[in-house]
Amino acid sequence: MKALIQTAGVLAVLAAVPLVVHSNVTLNFLVVALMIALAGQGWNILGGYGGQYSFGHAAFFGTGAHVTAILQVRYGINAWVGFAAGIAAGAALGAVLGALTFRSGLRGSYFALVTLAFAEVLRIIASVAPITGAGVGTLIKLDLGIRTLQFQSRAAFYWIILALVGASLVTAQLIERSRFGVWLIAVRENEDAAKALGVNANGVKLAAMVISAAMTAAAGCFYVQYFLFVDSGIAYGTWISIQALLTPIIGGVGTVFGPLLGALVVKSLGEAAKLLAGDAPGLDLIIYGAVLVAVIWFMPRGLIGGFAQARKLVMRRPAASSTAEASHG
Amino acid sequence: MLSPAILIPAILNGLLIGAIYALVALGLTLIYGVLHIINFAHGALLSAALFAAFFAFRLFGLDPYVAVFLLAPLFFVLGYGLQRFIIGPASHSDERNMLLVTLGIAVIIENVLLYAFRADTRTIDVPYAFQTIDIGATFLAVSRVVGFVAAFAVALALWLIMTFTDIGRAIRAVAKEKLGAELSGIDVAHVYAVTFGLGTACVAIAACLLIPTYYVNPTVGDAFVLVAFTIVVLGGMGSVPGALTGALLIGVAESLSGLFLGESLGQIGIFLIFIVVLLVRPSGLFGARA
Repeated sequence: MKALIQTAGVLAVLAAVPLVVHSNVTLNFLVVALMIALAGQGWNILGGYGGQYSFGHAAFFGTGAHVTAILQVRYGINAWVGFAAGIAAGAALGAVLGALTFRSGLRGSYFALVTLAFAEVLRIIASVAPITGAGVGTLIKLDLGIRTLQFQSRAAFYWIILALVGASLVTAQLIERSRFGVWLIAVRENEDAAKALGVNANGVKLAAMVISAAMTAAAGCFYVQYFLFVDSGIAYGTWISIQALLTPIIGGVGTVFGPLLGALVVKSLGEAAKLLAGDAPGLDLIIYGAVLVAVIWFMPRGLIGGFAQARKLVMRRPAASSTAEASHG
Repeated sequence: MLSPAILIPAILNGLLIGAIYALVALGLTLIYGVLHIINFAHGALLSAALFAAFFAFRLFGLDPYVAVFLLAPLFFVLGYGLQRFIIGPASHSDERNMLLVTLGIAVIIENVLLYAFRADTRTIDVPYAFQTIDIGATFLAVSRVVGFVAAFAVALALWLIMTFTDIGRAIRAVAKEKLGAELSGIDVAHVYAVTFGLGTACVAIAACLLIPTYYVNPTVGDAFVLVAFTIVVLGGMGSVPGALTGALLIGVAESLSGLFLGESLGQIGIFLIFIVVLLVRPSGLFGARA
């Protein structure tokens, strides 16, 4: 309960930001960071809690984005319905992919490879299929309004993505406290031992994959409503897959707030690089790659794990002396 | 369309390009066989090696077939250093961390190349780029025949190293039983690094054989590596004969599907083979056990 109140507090503070900050540049930065945090939370459910490292989460992001866009543009379906359908399509894809891979017993390197390959196949198909606009992509017509889920103000988008991130945080928290979460972590730590104790490992992984895919797909759906454009290279690009895993790993893998923290840090670093060196191609990515390696090297549990450790070190000394005093008293 | 006059050259060319794939795949399968990880930096290293071969020719006039004797040792040292001083210590011997660290290195290398050389595609002009040999049934490009012969020479050299040298025995020991090897005094960190170095040297050799007829840009390696992943999975992860056979099969499959389906769909063909093999028989055609 305390944890849920904490989450509510964090969300309330974040929700107040547009009331104070009116700069479109800052709000845009935060909207994109929150969107990446949502995609990263999706990865975190499967990778962080379940230990299944996907290298192809763009498959879900891209499917969410494409379904949302195509339903509106080609079939004239309401944007909200399209958004929900995009999430559902991502979850369905997750179910199919999960059923195929987990049933075949693919783990570790193999799981990373097969997810990567699926994302690439979808990218190639989307780059030639007429329904995705082939090489041209899909453009949603500008038509502001609540019904079309398009807004003039950045704040409106900010609150929408914040609500989605909030839902993902609460979901992660509920998973952490549930029996399902314990099973999932058991599978991560030692799948064979978990199975021996009667955990339905494949079922647990499959459920985690569906939740994970739905979250990352939601980020894709939001992307297309925000930018009103999607093509195969953006939606299914390797870069999305990398960002989805980068944020939880940097923030703290297998923690509720890791992806959010990681997304803010990653995006800030990217902006700082642009300020320092201009818009040179590749520079921000060099930094992301270096941060990824450095975090795994020196802070394997991410920033949150690092903070916890630092606090323990600082707290230990006064704590030790106070117990000594207590024993004297 | 099925006339032998078209099919035979397509098959022969497929075999020749398959040999280059084999070189890239050999490096990958060697690293997997010993370290039990997929090296996601393999493609970026191939791009880097292609750039190195390109600049060796442009700046110093070094023919790629000469440069290979310089670049292969250089990339061996690079690979050795990467594993020994970065991937090894950074990943705390956790398989998932190793995957992520190689991915991070791939992102760094690719974008350093992009930052330094931009996304432009470059080629070199060697006098023998368009020379062909008449073998009766068809004409074969000289550079591809050289590549084919060199690929088998490298595979043979690797086999000799693995079979007859001390380091080869140490590598096989570590691959089979890491703890046991460590207990009998083998320096596992060194063996890992040597293996990674050998795999990276394979990539440099492949680059020198490719550059006369191919192009280079910062992401060129990705396309090859996805093919190499397929080959390695098809042949069985860690199996050298598997990688060779798989590479020739994939080369022919690509050449034929390109003939019948066109370029972009030909690419999908490879991925579908990849996914189907992973799902149905992840141990591959020659692998013992997944």
